[in-house]
Amino acid sequence: MKNPSVDTHLLPADRAGDEPLLAVDNLHVEFQTRQGVVRAVNGVSYSVNAGETLAVLGESGSGKSVTAQAIMGILDMPPARIPKGEVRFHGTDLLTMRDEDRGQIRGRRIAMIFQDALSALNPVFTVGWQIGEMFRVHQGMSKRDARRKAVELMDRVRIPGAKSRVDDFPHQFSGGMRQRIMIAMAIALDPEILIADEPTTALDVTVQAQIMGLLAELQQESDMGLILITHDLGVVADVADKIAVMYGGRIVEHASVFDGYRAPAHPYTKGLLESIPRVDLKGQELYAIKGMPPNLLDMPTGCAFHPRCPYRKENCVTDVPPLYTVSDTRGSACHYWREVLDDGSR
Amino acid sequence: MGRYVIRRLLQAIPVLVGTTFLLFATVYALPGDPIAALGGDRRLDPQLVARMREQFHLNDPLLVQYWYYIRDIVSGDFGTTFRGVPVSSLFQGKFQVTFQLSITALVFEAVIGVGLGLWAALRRGRWQDQAVLAFTLLLVSIPTLVSGFVLQLVLGVKLKQNTGIDFFPVAGIQDGMRSYIVPGLVLAGLSIAYLTRLTRTSLMETLRADYIRTAVAKGLPRRRVLGRHALRNSLIPLITYLGADLGTLMGGAIITETIFNLPGIGQQLFQSVYLRENAVVVGIVTVLVLVYVLANLIVDLLYAVLDPRIRYE
Ligand SMILES: Nc1ncnc2c1ncn2[C@@H]1O[C@H](COP(=O)(O)OP(=O)(O)O)[C@@H](O)[C@H]1O
Ligand code: SF4
Ligand SMILES: [Mg+2]
Repeated sequence: MKNPSVDTHLLPADRAGDEPLLAVDNLHVEFQTRQGVVRAVNGVSYSVNAGETLAVLGESGSGKSVTAQAIMGILDMPPARIPKGEVRFHGTDLLTMRDEDRGQIRGRRIAMIFQDALSALNPVFTVGWQIGEMFRVHQGMSKRDARRKAVELMDRVRIPGAKSRVDDFPHQFSGGMRQRIMIAMAIALDPEILIADEPTTALDVTVQAQIMGLLAELQQESDMGLILITHDLGVVADVADKIAVMYGGRIVEHASVFDGYRAPAHPYTKGLLESIPRVDLKGQELYAIKGMPPNLLDMPTGCAFHPRCPYRKENCVTDVPPLYTVSDTRGSACHYWREVLDDGSR
Repeated sequence: MGRYVIRRLLQAIPVLVGTTFLLFATVYALPGDPIAALGGDRRLDPQLVARMREQFHLNDPLLVQYWYYIRDIVSGDFGTTFRGVPVSSLFQGKFQVTFQLSITALVFEAVIGVGLGLWAALRRGRWQDQAVLAFTLLLVSIPTLVSGFVLQLVLGVKLKQNTGIDFFPVAGIQDGMRSYIVPGLVLAGLSIAYLTRLTRTSLMETLRADYIRTAVAKGLPRRRVLGRHALRNSLIPLITYLGADLGTLMGGAIITETIFNLPGIGQQLFQSVYLRENAVVVGIVTVLVLVYVLANLIVDLLYAVLDPRIRYE
């Protein structure tokens, strides 16, 4: 087997106390393709609590979106298959739930926003109609009331002149405004969990910061659990409470934002951090992780990161590292996490 | 929206002028002398020939002739044939037959084609999908001549003989709307196949769109995701095809009209080309072009209604 199945578990802190609001536990997702079985998600575990922000980090193709789609239950099956794992919401596994029951949760209690708001909004309906649809379909609200609620929400995500713009179409808004409309739609029914899949990737830097600020603010107001998916560590440092780093469909590190940024326990996280441009290190060459992200159909043996790893030793090529427990709230899938940790961040 | 409509209307004018001129020039350039053809084997009196050439402006340059023609058409006069019959009297009722036949075919095409296409797309990869694809292949490979005669035999003759059901007239137009059912189906055959495939592709493509994923993530019932969010978007490209196809159907109606003995414009066109009656040929094709342009105009307007991105461009 080129890419063996790997098991992980939740951190000790998540297993000891109360059940987290949302717990992804040893989730596996594979795609049946012509070239073979792609293990897009290979033993992912993470948790979020109310009012907490988890940042899921990793290069493109590492399985962040597929994990999120599995949580939402919006994967196309087939070609996708979930051979193993649980997604527990208030302690109940969503994956084995009846379709009708899961339908009660999707969009209402767990909501999601996507990267490219232009293509994620339906081009032929007004934004007011699309936001109001949440109320009309889920709460049987009248057209007029739903439209009024849509205006309120557009105000809440601070779209200027909401009242006069509610009947406009998505293409008539700027990128940042469109993402605000997506957010308005997602928070319409006060969800307990909001998953934001690269919500700012398509936007320019100032708008990125505004959207992040808005998300953080909305979260504080309503005590949502927020899963922030991104490949850009720079944007999450201010808003996230903890991070989960993914590589090749696997979780390689769990940490609080503070610990993770100060002293990463996995060489990959360390590499990611050192790739962020920093003011205090101006002029120095930017460290970028050398090499290419792994091919899921032809994964390196042992530790999947070994071809790119500066800490590599002999056994890394043969032994798959389990998710080692670093502390109650920390885990690292590196045989030599102590060494990495001791080096600290640059 | 108002400005959009006006712009589309204005854009239709050069199209009309261009096509009619091209048509006029083509017919004019056909070899042979139409006046001489009137006499058949006999030689005509040269004075008469000269007078007729004068009357029909045959001595004027092409552009001038075209100008006279357009001027008359705009005032509703399609001119007279070389034999002295008003062209419009030849059209009497014939365009109606062809139009009704084509509209019937268009309705069949829209209902069956879109219906089958949507069904196949929703059952993608399963046996229903395969069956629909096989069916379209069959439709494409059977010539109108064959399907026409077979349906005539099966629905018109055998059905009556075996079950006594006499619902499908298969010749003439004496039975009103019913007369057009079987011919309409035959005429629609090929178009049904194309539209089925187009619909299938269009819906499948739409279902892959990001906004469909959003609709699912909003927790909308599948019925609503398909019926509200996918359907309208996947219909947009089909409208274009249907609009353009009306002209194609009218132009291609001649074989069907012949099989089912319908007194439509197709047979008239065939005769007139044969007899070198330029005024009739140009008249018929001008009307066809007009229908074509009009249908496309309607398509553009529908497009704007369905897709706000065009309305507000
Ligand atoms: N429908 C699919 N069929 C086959 N492979 C897929 C499909 N969707 C995703 N994948 C694979 O899953 C992997 C992870 O994708 P994704 O979760 O989107 O990554 P990202 O971390 O960039 O969000 C990708 O390498 C991709 O090849
Ligand atoms: S296990 Fe070895 S190769 Fe993998 S990250 Fe740790 S040191 Fe590098
Ligand atoms: Mg992604």
